Amino acid sequence: MMKHLLGLLFVSVFIITSALVSSPAMAAIEVHNFKSPENEARYQHLIDELRCLVCQNQNIADSNAGLAYDLRQKVYEMIQAGKSDTEILNYMVERYGDFVLYRPPVKGYTLLLWFGPFILLFGAVVLLIRFARQRKDLEVFDEAELQDIRTLLKQTSGDPK
Amino acid sequence: MKMRFLWPLTLFALLAGLLGIGLTLDPKKVDSPLINKNAPAFDLGQLNDSTLHISPDNLKGQVWMLHVWASWCSVCLGEHPLINRLSTMQGLTLVGLNYKDDRLAALSWLNKLGNPYQAVAFDPEGKAGLDWGVYGVPESYLIDKHGVIRYKEVGPINDTVLKETLLPLIAQLQAETL
Repeated sequence: MMKHLLGLLFVSVFIITSALVSSPAMAAIEVHNFKSPENEARYQHLIDELRCLVCQNQNIADSNAGLAYDLRQKVYEMIQAGKSDTEILNYMVERYGDFVLYRPPVKGYTLLLWFGPFILLFGAVVLLIRFARQRKDLEVFDEAELQDIRTLLKQTSGDPK
Repeated sequence: MKMRFLWPLTLFALLAGLLGIGLTLDPKKVDSPLINKNAPAFDLGQLNDSTLHISPDNLKGQVWMLHVWASWCSVCLGEHPLINRLSTMQGLTLVGLNYKDDRLAALSWLNKLGNPYQAVAFDPEGKAGLDWGVYGVPESYLIDKHGVIRYKEVGPINDTVLKETLLPLIAQLQAETL
């Protein structure tokens, strides 16, 4: 019995650690030679930030789709050509819209997206406070009511104390 | 006092309404930021003759449609009869963009099913497609006489879109003066 338990423990520890250690799966193995480690970090950051439009809930770093491959290639080429991050993101937005960014910019029609949750939270807090106050009101009895309660309790259980 | 019990109900109705609207939206329909912008330039060889080049600049002054398709795209197969019909229409120049395809496969596809295009640009690597914001096939862009993209349809054109949106828009763009 003890042996079994130990075995089980060992297996679960093994599974958990291997899950923690393994790096996030890259969709495809692509070899890119960057001019500097900074450029490589920028590349990694940009492909994490860009959405794959075919498989909409993945970024282009994680996607196997042909379009994601093309976009990664384009990001690589633009970095090699010395373009800045802003220039690369602008290039993508000009063609695919804000939707291509996982973090859309704060502007007119994205205001609700950015601040809607906070408005809802505020509303919920206001409602909560209101309900809490009403509850308290219910618990307050005046002297006459308390007298009634005492009489009733005396009648049912004999001794109120 | 009664109103207190109406609150949760109202909230529920609002939320249900909001989610209901969300269900009717198609997340695949991403509005193109290129609408009302100049059509991106390309200079590509034609599918049937790579020495002949085609560029949106050549088409200024005409109302034209760029139809993105590929022989590997099964949805294009279903859409093709409608594109063939569209090609007989007066006042619309139909240009194909053969996207990430094999030249021979694309040519035999057109031979078998009919070639509705006045010219087909051959884009095997999808570079022009990337510039146009193509993220799937088929896609169709309607471009006015000034070279401005006025409409984009993602996915196949169906009869409803053709009758209710495209035909009126084409007539409107035709009527515009240069």
